[in-house]
Formats: sequence, C-alpha cells, structure tokens
Amino acid sequence: MAPIRHDVEDSEFELHGLSAPVRSVGRWVMAGVGSVGKGGHLAARAVGTLRQVDIWGPRLVPLLVTIGVASIPIALFTLTFTGMVLAIQASYTFTGTVPDYFVGALVGKTVILELGPALTALALAGRVGASIASELGTMRVTEQIDALESLAYDPVAYLVVPRVLAGMFMFPVITVFSLVVGIVAGWLTSLAMLDVTTPEFVKGLRLFFDTYDVQFALIKAWSFGLVVTGVGCFYGLQTSGGAEGVGHATTRAVVAGSMIILVLDAFWAAVLL
Amino acid sequence: MSIEIKDIHKSFGEDHILQGFSLYVREGETLSIIGPSGAGKSVTLKTIIGLITPDSGEVWVDGKNVHTILRPELYELRRQVGYVFQFAALFDSMSVGENVAMGLRRIKGMTEGDIQKRVSYCLHIVDLGGAEERRPAELSGGMRKRAGLARAIATQPKYLLYDEPTTGLDPVTKTTIDSLISRMSEELGVTGIVVTHDMESAYGISDRIAMLHEGSIRFVGTPDDVRGTDDPVVKGFVEGRPELSRNVPV
Repeated sequence: MAPIRHDVEDSEFELHGLSAPVRSVGRWVMAGVGSVGKGGHLAARAVGTLRQVDIWGPRLVPLLVTIGVASIPIALFTLTFTGMVLAIQASYTFTGTVPDYFVGALVGKTVILELGPALTALALAGRVGASIASELGTMRVTEQIDALESLAYDPVAYLVVPRVLAGMFMFPVITVFSLVVGIVAGWLTSLAMLDVTTPEFVKGLRLFFDTYDVQFALIKAWSFGLVVTGVGCFYGLQTSGGAEGVGHATTRAVVAGSMIILVLDAFWAAVLL
Repeated sequence: MSIEIKDIHKSFGEDHILQGFSLYVREGETLSIIGPSGAGKSVTLKTIIGLITPDSGEVWVDGKNVHTILRPELYELRRQVGYVFQFAALFDSMSVGENVAMGLRRIKGMTEGDIQKRVSYCLHIVDLGGAEERRPAELSGGMRKRAGLARAIATQPKYLLYDEPTTGLDPVTKTTIDSLISRMSEELGVTGIVVTHDMESAYGISDRIAMLHEGSIRFVGTPDDVRGTDDPVVKGFVEGRPELSRNVPV
C-alpha cells in the first residue's frame, strides 16, 4: 500500500482554507476524549480507594462543613430572589387568563422540579467547584500532593473521596433548604406585591404537588453534588504550571461543571419524568 | 538493601531529560548527585520514589522494582523512604506539628502520645523545638525546609532522598542540616541520596559524588576523586568555570 502523502493532504486542506479549523476540531475532540478517559480512570481509582476508610474517614466531617454548611447562604440567597421573580412573572402571565392561585402552582412546581436543584448546583459549581480546583491545583504545583504520596497516602483517598462524598451528601441537604426558601419567597412576594392571598397560594401549591417531584429534585441534587466535586477534584489534580495553571484549572472546573449540570438536568428530565 | 537505577530514559515533550541514566547506591552510604540546573536531578529522585514513571528502564529499591509493583506495595515501600522536597512542600492547611505527624499516622500501633513525642523530638533536632502549633505560612524559608526535613525523618526511614536540602539556608542552619545528614548515615545507617549544587556540602557529607550531565552519569567517585579529576566537565562545574567544559565531546 502506498504511504499516505501528508504533505499533499495538508496543502489541499490549506487550499480550501480547511486545515486550521479541521486541526482545531481534531485537537478539541482528542482533548475531550482524553479528559473523559482520565476522568474515568480517576473515578475508578476513587471507587477502589473507598475501602481506605482510615484515610478519608477523618477528613469527611470537616468537609461536610466547608462544602455543605458554608454553602447554605449562597444557595438561599439565589433561591430567595428566584422565588420572588417567579411569583411576579407568574402573576404577570396569568392575570386575566387563569385564576390567581395558579401563582402558587407555578412557583412550587418550577422551584421543586427545576430551578431549586439546578440553580443551587450552578451557584455551588462557582463556590465549591472553584474552591476545590484551586485548593488541589495549588497543592499540585507546590508539590504537596507529591509529599502526600511520599508519606504513603493515596491522594485520591485523602483528597478526592471525602470531597465527593461530602458533595453527594450535602447537595441534597442544601437543595431541600433552597426549595423551602424559594417557595416561601414566592409566597411572601405574592402576599406583599400581588393580589394573591395565603389560602389561594397554598391551594395552587397543593394542586399539582407530588412527593415524587421532591424525590426527583433530590436525585438531581445528588448527581450534581457528585459532578461539581468530582470535576473540581479532576481539574485540580490535573493542574500544571504555577499560578496561571491554577487559574486555568479553576476556570475549567466551573465551566465544565456548569455544562455537565445542564446536560445532566436534561438527562434526568428525559429519564425520570 | 540498596537503590539501583538501570538505564532510565525520561522525556517531557521534546526534552529528553534522562538518557540512559544508571546508578547504584550502596547500603548505608550517602551519595550526592550534582549537575547543572535542569539536568534531571530532581526528576531522578522522583523516579526513585515512583512519583514520576520513566519512559524506559528500571528502578530497584529494597529489592523491589518501583515501577512494576502494585500500588499497596508501593505505599509500603514509601514508608521506608523519606523525601525532603526542594521547597519543603509543607501542607499549608495544617500546623507544623501535624505536618510532621502525617507519616507517623500511617504506622499501625503508634498511640497519639507516641506520635506527639516523636514530633517534638524531630522538631527539636532540626532546631524547631516548640514550633508544633505554628502554621507553615508563619515560617521563614529556612525554617520551612527544616520542618520538611523533620517530617521526612519522623518515620525513621531506611532511605532518605534530599532535594537541595541546604539551598537558600544561612551558614549556621546549613551546617546543622549537613551534620544531621551525616548523623543519619553514620549513626542510623540510613542510605541517602542528596541532590545539591552546594559543593561544600557535597564534599562534607558524601561518601561518593555522582555528576549528572546531558541526561546520564558523567562521573562517580569519592570527594577526593572529584577534587583530583581531570574531566573538564566535572572540573568546570565544581570550580564554577564553564569555559573548561566548552567543546568537550559528550
């Protein structure tokens, strides 16, 4: 078989102005495939180190506090204003067409099914994902992760497993608070700014309420917790270079985490609803 | 037991850092590796402990091939090896005492009291007695380095790898560290590999000195052999006279 003439192929691509974009797409695809492979490897190692409870166990409680408890204010802030906006927009949309109690129905359904879990996760992707990526990235570039290895600690067991477990446990907890606050904010806004009474709001809220919706929200929150902390750990451990590398890792963790949350959100809607 | 490096090659991108590097470190000796910056000295140390995987070649520590043994066995082996990092690599989220205790907490059967006693002792011998509660950010560069040394020796390892242990230290601290390295070898029989640019230290603490040049070992000998060598590359490096090594075939 005759050897492939790369020079001819390249010149033909250049002729049609295709070489640079094709190469860029090729590099992007290769980088994406590479990241998926490395991510899978990290996940497999994390599962494999779950039995090293003596390493990750003592680290779990402090991380439940830093990842979970400390994140509650930002989640509540986000859902307070979301609940307010939903109530006002529902009233604006429904006035003269459907009864006012539908404000409660829309606020409740939208907060529980979609905005509560998704907006909480997106807010925490910024706070938790960035914090994990920058902390692990700094540890990587200052050789602290090498030092951990030299002291016979598996960095995946010591750094990754407790963070991911804390995220998987605390994201649903924070989401429950968010759901409550979002609905309460919508109710108070209805009382203060709209012609909707408490009985009307509650009537609407109960009309379409289904406990399965809450289960759906918690499953999503659990998976978002896994993604935000896992992606933060992945990019943190992949960091190279100095401060610039830590900055890149942090940005990538937030962007990739947010994108995966949106994809996963659509996936769960298609699978579970 | 010894450390044996056999025909190691390692590249980073286009840079072929180690090109057939081989070295045998005898049990109980202190061997210094000298060479210009970027020659691959730190890469060599990290290869020995399995932090960097070579493209080809073998590293044997304590009779085990570092890069083929399973991960649990590798961690078991690492408990026998202390590593002093160039910039200390202290965990900045912990106190100095907690840093030194990290390796000890992996040893089964040690009580909290035993750990605290050992931490105090190790900090004392590097002149950091009473610094247990201080944070790494509160320490000077020299103090951080000494804390890193205390962490490395805490588990009483059979092997110690020092990455530029005296660089940037004042003369008094440098002498303290040098005598500590000598003591580790003479009194405890620890096998040590010291990566250094500091020829005064290298002459003082080493049983043998190896020079890394162009990715492989150019010269190995006693300090007296180094002083008396006619090799222009070695002579040029140790005397700080680069003109001697110009136009010398590799």
